[in-house]
Amino acid sequence: MWVMIIAGGGILISIIAPISFHGFGKYSDFFDSGIKAAIAILLVVTWIFIMSKIKNWIFQKQIKH
Amino acid sequence: MLDRTITAIIVSAIAFVTVYTLTPILIKSLERRKIVVKDYNRVGGAMVARPGGPSILAGILSSELVLYTLSPSPEILAIILTTSFAFLVGLADDKKVLGGWFKPVALAATAIPIIVLGAHDYHLAFPLFGAVKIPLLYLALIIVMIPITGNTINSIDVLNGVASGFMTIASFALTISLFIIHNYDIALASLPLGFVSLAFYKYHKFPSRIFPGDSGAVMLGAMYGTIAIVGHVEVIAAVALLPAVINSFLFLSSVKRIIEHRQLKANPVIHTEDFKLMATTEKAAPVTLVRLILAHGPMTEKEVGFAIFKLALFSAALSIITAFMMGIR
Repeated sequence: MWVMIIAGGGILISIIAPISFHGFGKYSDFFDSGIKAAIAILLVVTWIFIMSKIKNWIFQKQIKH
Repeated sequence: MLDRTITAIIVSAIAFVTVYTLTPILIKSLERRKIVVKDYNRVGGAMVARPGGPSILAGILSSELVLYTLSPSPEILAIILTTSFAFLVGLADDKKVLGGWFKPVALAATAIPIIVLGAHDYHLAFPLFGAVKIPLLYLALIIVMIPITGNTINSIDVLNGVASGFMTIASFALTISLFIIHNYDIALASLPLGFVSLAFYKYHKFPSRIFPGDSGAVMLGAMYGTIAIVGHVEVIAAVALLPAVINSFLFLSSVKRIIEHRQLKANPVIHTEDFKLMATTEKAAPVTLVRLILAHGPMTEKEVGFAIFKLALFSAALSIITAFMMGIR
């Protein structure tokens, strides 16, 4: 989880934050933030999904022993 | 520097001595008024006083108010107010059985002083990569963070001494991290959290004489979250709290909704004939950190507690490494 937190921060700051989403008129800033927030939330959900799979795998393996 | 050292000694001593001396009085008072709960993991099911929140609050308020008098700041005031409101939320849950959604929603409201007093920043700092400015999202993060840390500590309060012992380790790691990143004022404000937890652990450790209750556990978690926000150490704080976060995550991913432990259909842990703890094979029971630790085989309550403390120490070390990494870019 520690590695995932640092890697997630790296992806957010180095890749997602510098990208700009234009073409929404006066709402550009609002949509720009919204899209970036959606990507960040998607990353968190992906992280949680991976963690959930790892948890199930470890628990099933240990309980069989 | 000498001033800060003296202030650190004074607030630490006030926090520790207040809880250390008030808790036995609180235990006697609760026992006399029969405000006790059954300790199901103890042979014979001993009755234990609950809640210990009032003595913990007294320790936090006395030390933080002295610190605020010596060096007033909106950050310390935010810590005092949010922690006090979180205590009231926990106390309401101690007194009356409330729904699973009550605490998260009420705890979100306790974060308002942080925003109103402007005790926060708008940057989220990550190790190695720097910070990102998220003005609106950060406000949402503040509202979400206090319920998460409050409920996270509350959800790990399942065995004798675990919540207070875990909080002692995590909060001292946070204090060390704050010193490493040169945030001395908030480091001083975080010292009482470690010392009240340590003093309370004396009475909460196995065999417990008192349980912190929701008023104690939720308040400790909320104070931890507030320090993380006003000290701009959100990621470091999350790392130090990882075993408890994993516990909450395991619980939520198993039951797939926000509920209280008392609402569970099946207990994740059962007892052996010699009263050791054992992971249940019941499929409806949630997978928790304790159940994961017990998957190796039955252990005593004390052994499980120490296994959790080992994980807490490992996470504390990682959080201190993370603090050093904050300076690398």
